[in-house]
Amino acid sequence: MLLFAVLASPLGVLAYDVYREVLMPGTVFGADPGEEIVRYMGEWAIRLLMATLAVSPASRLFKRPQWVRFRRMFGLFAFAYAVLHFVGYLGMLAGFDFGAVVDDFAKRPYITVGIAALVMLVPLAATSTRGWQRRLRANWRRLHRLVYVIGVLACIHLWWLSKAGFGEAVLYTAILILLLGERTVRMRVRIAAKAR
Amino acid sequence: MHIRVRARSDPKPSEITPERVYRTRREFMALAASSVALGGLNALALTEDWLDARGFADGPVFKGQDPGEEITPFQYASSYNNFYEFGTDKGDPAQYAGELTVDPWSVEVTGEVAKPGRIAIEDLLAGVDLEERVYRLRCVEAWSMVIPWIGFPVKRLLDRFEPTDSAKYVEFTTLHRPEEMRGQRSFFSSIDWPYVEGLRLDEAYHPLAIFAVGMYGKVLPNQNGAPLRLVVPWKYGFKSIKSIVGIRLMRRQPRTTWNVMAPDEYGFYANVNPNVDHPRWSQKTERRLPSSFFSPNRIDTMMFNGYAEEVAPLYAGMNLRRKY
Repeated sequence: MLLFAVLASPLGVLAYDVYREVLMPGTVFGADPGEEIVRYMGEWAIRLLMATLAVSPASRLFKRPQWVRFRRMFGLFAFAYAVLHFVGYLGMLAGFDFGAVVDDFAKRPYITVGIAALVMLVPLAATSTRGWQRRLRANWRRLHRLVYVIGVLACIHLWWLSKAGFGEAVLYTAILILLLGERTVRMRVRIAAKAR
Repeated sequence: MHIRVRARSDPKPSEITPERVYRTRREFMALAASSVALGGLNALALTEDWLDARGFADGPVFKGQDPGEEITPFQYASSYNNFYEFGTDKGDPAQYAGELTVDPWSVEVTGEVAKPGRIAIEDLLAGVDLEERVYRLRCVEAWSMVIPWIGFPVKRLLDRFEPTDSAKYVEFTTLHRPEEMRGQRSFFSSIDWPYVEGLRLDEAYHPLAIFAVGMYGKVLPNQNGAPLRLVVPWKYGFKSIKSIVGIRLMRRQPRTTWNVMAPDEYGFYANVNPNVDHPRWSQKTERRLPSSFFSPNRIDTMMFNGYAEEVAPLYAGMNLRRKY
């Protein structure tokens, strides 16, 4: 419950900012509030995606296996922010002009990979419950490995939309390499152990 | 029967500012001025008095071009900027450009000119008639504003240095001063400072191309390119280089910053053209800022940003799809 409140708090902050902006236009957001909000949602989506990927390594590092149960909450919030990021783009940037969206999807690689990442998140969110986990058994693990691909796509999305300031792209890519690297090393160690 | 032929650069009836709004522009300017006071502008080489003495004491004096479209409030034009010398966020320039010293300021003119030299900005502007030009500003990122600039034709300045017959292009350079421009110190920036832009000489000599020293009846805020910047309204905004310290007349096309960095994305010409998409976004439409939560304020982009009638002859016979 506490975690839910913490992860939802960026939405609360945003709602408050929007409320102040509506009361006094031009005081909180700049000339382009739509873009600011879309970016804000995108930033939280990638942060929580990285946090989701960090839960398992952190639980191993600190020997707290009970932490893994929080992973679902992180993942669902990453999905929620990604959906809001996309809906914001549709409404506040594309203005619900679906011709423009289709055009963007076909022609602009950074939008294509962004939408691809979102589409891949859908089955993960849908099967995030314990019931689905039981039903899918070993396949559940296999399916949820998609999150690694999504992490990579999210970073590519960030690289391709940056013009000259690559600070964020570098940061999240470094985090992703660290998180995926840890898993690769562990896998190698396990395989080596089995071989012996 | 009277048939009115509309020129492409004419504003659509829906774009024309209602007279009631137009008549209150002085009050609007007062409002803008108060927001300047609140924003805390910094020391400027060109003082308000200097500008006032030239007839801009009482807000805008419409002497030149005016598209008749609603002017973007000063507050937004001075807080939403691309000026990577101060950071890549739109708000960074307004936040950090105050660290820049613009007084004293001088400009060095070199290359294919009979009289090269370095000249202080006060001397550079001595005897120059300033005029106000209300221009659309269309960024390559597909947003736009309408801004009342105060400036003078580029030709006026270049002529003083007497370009030779071999001068075919002109190159402009922004100040490089990392200790005051934090974006130039950034480790993650891929830009090779200083920022360089350029024009063909006939483009620079076009009467619509101006050097601006002010906007909204005031001297330029640092974040908008104080104390001297280029404004070329029919090209994407990145061509309108800010805080100029160098002007070089050249025989060959200059190597301009964005064009060198990503030639497939940013052409040397960079004329506003709804028919040639940027590889990362469409150029067919633009978001006229300020937008709101409820509407992106999307409008159609016009060929040459609505200045086709005036500037199209410059590009007669050129393939604008290839020379984008």
